[in-house]
Amino acid sequence: MDHGELLFLLKGLQWTVVLSAVGFLFGMAAGLGIALLRTSKFQAVQRITAGYIAVFQGTPLLMQLFVVYYGLALIGLKLDAWLAVAIGFTLHASAYLGEIWRGSIEAVPKGQLEASHALSLGYVSRMKDIVLPQAFRISLPATIGFLVQLIKGTSLASIVGFTELTRAGAIISNQIFRPLLVFGIVALLYFVICWPLSLYGARLESRFVQPAH
Amino acid sequence: MSYQLDFSPVWDGFPELLWGCVGTIGLALAGMLLATVIGIGGVIMRQSRFASLRYPVIAFVEVIRNTPFLVQIFFIFFALPLVGIRIDPTPTAVLALGINGGAYAIEIIRGGVQSISKGQYEAGLALGLHRSSVFRLIILKPALRAIFPSLTSQFVLLTLTTSIASAISAYELTSVAKRIESDSFRSFEVYFVVTALYLVISGLIMKLLNMFSSRYFDYPVR
Repeated sequence: MDHGELLFLLKGLQWTVVLSAVGFLFGMAAGLGIALLRTSKFQAVQRITAGYIAVFQGTPLLMQLFVVYYGLALIGLKLDAWLAVAIGFTLHASAYLGEIWRGSIEAVPKGQLEASHALSLGYVSRMKDIVLPQAFRISLPATIGFLVQLIKGTSLASIVGFTELTRAGAIISNQIFRPLLVFGIVALLYFVICWPLSLYGARLESRFVQPAH
Repeated sequence: MSYQLDFSPVWDGFPELLWGCVGTIGLALAGMLLATVIGIGGVIMRQSRFASLRYPVIAFVEVIRNTPFLVQIFFIFFALPLVGIRIDPTPTAVLALGINGGAYAIEIIRGGVQSISKGQYEAGLALGLHRSSVFRLIILKPALRAIFPSLTSQFVLLTLTTSIASAISAYELTSVAKRIESDSFRSFEVYFVVTALYLVISGLIMKLLNMFSSRYFDYPVR
């Protein structure tokens, strides 16, 4: 494997990082909305968001990408492959993060909520100043865990035809007929990104574990 | 120009799709079985006194959990022939799913085993049970019971992961869907229906695991 081929892999890695970052950031914004709707007091809104989450958690990411990819074309949106894929990852992330954060919002001790009611804080202030900061802390290990899932998930964009790290690897592997070497390097590159995140998440989690009573 | 949805190729291919569902469920169940075996074996090694047994398991878990399944299945797909093993794509996919799911199962089951207090183990030995029966009856079963909900959601994820096995054209639902799509060019229609089928499959698998749990772990907590 020569210089140019390695550079091609790194170029793929760059797209993997961009795709993960875009999916995660927009997914966080949408996910926050989902989590707030899911924990709202309106039954109908709760049901709809619960259904949204259940659909994304009950179907393969690959199918979600296919449906979004072809669905967008169907409603007349002519988008670049990468944009269509990014929208797919954003929707996927919004459902998973929405569910993680719903759990965290509900894990904030009830007394906090009662105290904020007693202080007659409004919904916005109650959420922004009391509940969400604590929920965010609780959710951090799971959120980082999902980020790792998402980074690994971007490899599926290769099946839709987008050239990120895994597809770059497949292309080079077909050229030089050394699949083990190429996919070994590809795996190593993913590992170098994901492992530190996983370790960080595990460390946060062990720090949050309450001592046994 | 407006596009007309046409689901007829999907309904024509529906029997094939149902066989694809059977393939997916088979793949998922075989993968779960292998993952459970790897998970329990891995935990036994991980708890060993010998560092030479512990460290390979730790490395295995970290490597598998921090690389994409798609890369793993490609690697295994190309590696097996090189070491002289020639098997079809479908068994290859079972192997890959088992290895991937096994790494997660090791971590989950280990959490359960650690939650069993040491006194239980000592009490078992004091009753004159053999070490292996102490592990099986007093440690493993309550541990599995404690972590079964986590294992269930991991296995539902494994079921969804089977769709990636279409990349090496194992026999399952996504491969069947791809074939119908390339014959009919009705991409959206095919994948929309197949997504709904996956929703049914993951619901079924969850129900199945819950049924198993209420049968197998059917004894009072204390």
